[in-house]
Amino acid sequence: MKKTMYEKIWDSHLVVEVPGQAPLIYVDRHLMHEVTSPQAFEGLRLSGRPVRNPHSILATMDHCVPTKNRHLPIADPIAKKQIEVMAENCLENGLNLYDMKNPNNGVIHVVVPEHGFVHPGMVVVCGDSHTATHGAFGALAFGIGTSEVEHVMATQTLPQQKSKTMLIQVNGKLSKYSSAKDIALAIVGKIGTAGGNGHVIEYAGDAIKELSMEGRMTLCNMAIEAGARAGLVAPDEKTYAYLQGKEFAPKGANWDLAMAYWQSLPSDEGAVFDTVITLDAADIAPQVSWGTSPEQVVGVNGSVPSPDSFDNEGKRKACESALAYMGLTPNTKMTDIAIDLVFIGSCTNGRIEDFRIAAEVAKGTKVAAGVQAIAVPGSYHVKSQAEAEGLDKIFLDAGWEWRDPGCSMCLAMNGDELTKGQRSASTSNRNFEGRQGKGGRTHLVSPAMAAAAAAAGHFVDIRELA
Amino acid sequence: MEPYKKHESIAALMNRSNVDTDQIIPKQFLKKVERSGFGAHLFHDWRFNDDGSDNPDFELNKPVFKGAKILVTGDNFGCGSSREHAPWAIADYGFNTIISTSYADIFYNNCFKNGILPIVVSPKQLDKLMAEINANEGVKFLVDLENKQVTTPAGNGFTFDIDPFRQGNLLSGLDDIGLTLIHVDKITAYEQQHKKTYPWLWA
Repeated sequence: MKKTMYEKIWDSHLVVEVPGQAPLIYVDRHLMHEVTSPQAFEGLRLSGRPVRNPHSILATMDHCVPTKNRHLPIADPIAKKQIEVMAENCLENGLNLYDMKNPNNGVIHVVVPEHGFVHPGMVVVCGDSHTATHGAFGALAFGIGTSEVEHVMATQTLPQQKSKTMLIQVNGKLSKYSSAKDIALAIVGKIGTAGGNGHVIEYAGDAIKELSMEGRMTLCNMAIEAGARAGLVAPDEKTYAYLQGKEFAPKGANWDLAMAYWQSLPSDEGAVFDTVITLDAADIAPQVSWGTSPEQVVGVNGSVPSPDSFDNEGKRKACESALAYMGLTPNTKMTDIAIDLVFIGSCTNGRIEDFRIAAEVAKGTKVAAGVQAIAVPGSYHVKSQAEAEGLDKIFLDAGWEWRDPGCSMCLAMNGDELTKGQRSASTSNRNFEGRQGKGGRTHLVSPAMAAAAAAAGHFVDIRELA
Repeated sequence: MEPYKKHESIAALMNRSNVDTDQIIPKQFLKKVERSGFGAHLFHDWRFNDDGSDNPDFELNKPVFKGAKILVTGDNFGCGSSREHAPWAIADYGFNTIISTSYADIFYNNCFKNGILPIVVSPKQLDKLMAEINANEGVKFLVDLENKQVTTPAGNGFTFDIDPFRQGNLLSGLDDIGLTLIHVDKITAYEQQHKKTYPWLWA
């Protein structure tokens, strides 16, 4: 039988099937951060269960960590406690932790690929919905809840229902200033935040093959925003080249064994998907979200929609409440919307390539009057690489802040946040109400679009800058 | 986990779609290292005014919905992050049943780990239930998980589908990890094979 990549990974990870129960699947890699793990460790302690495979775990601190003045104690006592508890839990269980002061520290989904900890064909979990990021390597990677974090630590398995499969075929070639982020947003705009529910997405087509590994990570990262359990891209020469030589990548004879396995993973020619969606990359303009859900998005050359333009009552209501929250009126041109703050960073767009393209746009500009612009590298390695390339100077000269790594303003747990009514251009993944601070208004964009908005003080169609 | 028992309870209506986990439990409350006490912050940004007083316009602040164990709500409930703090907050507030047309996957899974029954109904059925609550706020529904049945005073009752394994676990309140560890020999055998097939993962 012809199989999709998802089905191949699923079949090779099936541990036991008991009639009437969810099958148990084996977990190869378990990623961890400070927010969704403490209650899982507490559960293990209470039940006297050990961590089954400590070597399968890589942990970092990212959600609550400050992105400036990191030498000072964390001011928020509850965040401080959470960080301390994480360190204690990892020490007690012998887990590999990149703590706040570690040169490997950063956002979990940026750090893990940097060290080659995830390979094609693995099953990877993390108490974090953006675990989908690692699908860029052809690994089945998905977010789980804290009870499941405990379950995986205790058993190295998870009871899982098999997902349906969705093929998203992106044909053609992206225009110069459209990016993986724009593909991701355009897909959510097209199929909606529930469009992928119950599915694992495989992204394919010329435009996907063309993407760098960083771009594929950005794309898979936002599979969850389309409601999917996970996103996958078939491994290819770019994947292998990226992994080769990394700390946790296979070495010597093991490399050849691994390669043979990896090359067997792509979906068989003629394998059948439950759902197929097709897009043409050439049609994808740089995207800007206008509402409070990532599906509420348009091309930058478009306008804020009117509630009347939706024929579905639910979407009409959602549009009305989003416009009220966002303080926008229908038919306003996206390029007429002024912004107060720009954030480049997060597990979606906090990698070196993101800072390169943003710096290219920011070079020689000045941040517009009244606008604050912050660049938050996804890891210390991204930060030092950017500094080696002189990108920090470009940002600083243009009036940006150049910070230490962390999740920062993506979800505003660490004190970096919008105040009520402030409007951001943000390279993060969610524009939910209050996500970046209570009353804050988020517009999701690519790094290039964010950098252009910082200089202009409003959204700009970057294709016109070229 | 408490076993899920047949119960009759007030059904509270929150007619909103795509309610995300950032609304269910805003991020400023995710820093605790315990599982308890999240109910006080459920729907915080909608539920409270800036000065901390109750927002009288928020549906669940209506006195008639006080003590409700059933939440009736719109499509794609629980979308967004994987935070289990969301079902912890819902359960801690007092809900043990949600009725909607659809849920985000991770949230749906998380409910079962916390004694919450997420019932899926058709859009038409949901409309009827919402209309019944609107016409008679404070109305009580009877939820019978064993027979997969909901009964309402106006006759809008229905039967629902649920995975039998999950149904059993909710009814018994059994711990998932204990159930998995029944198969520990199979896990060990799989692992031995795994080490041979994928030696680089264990190097």
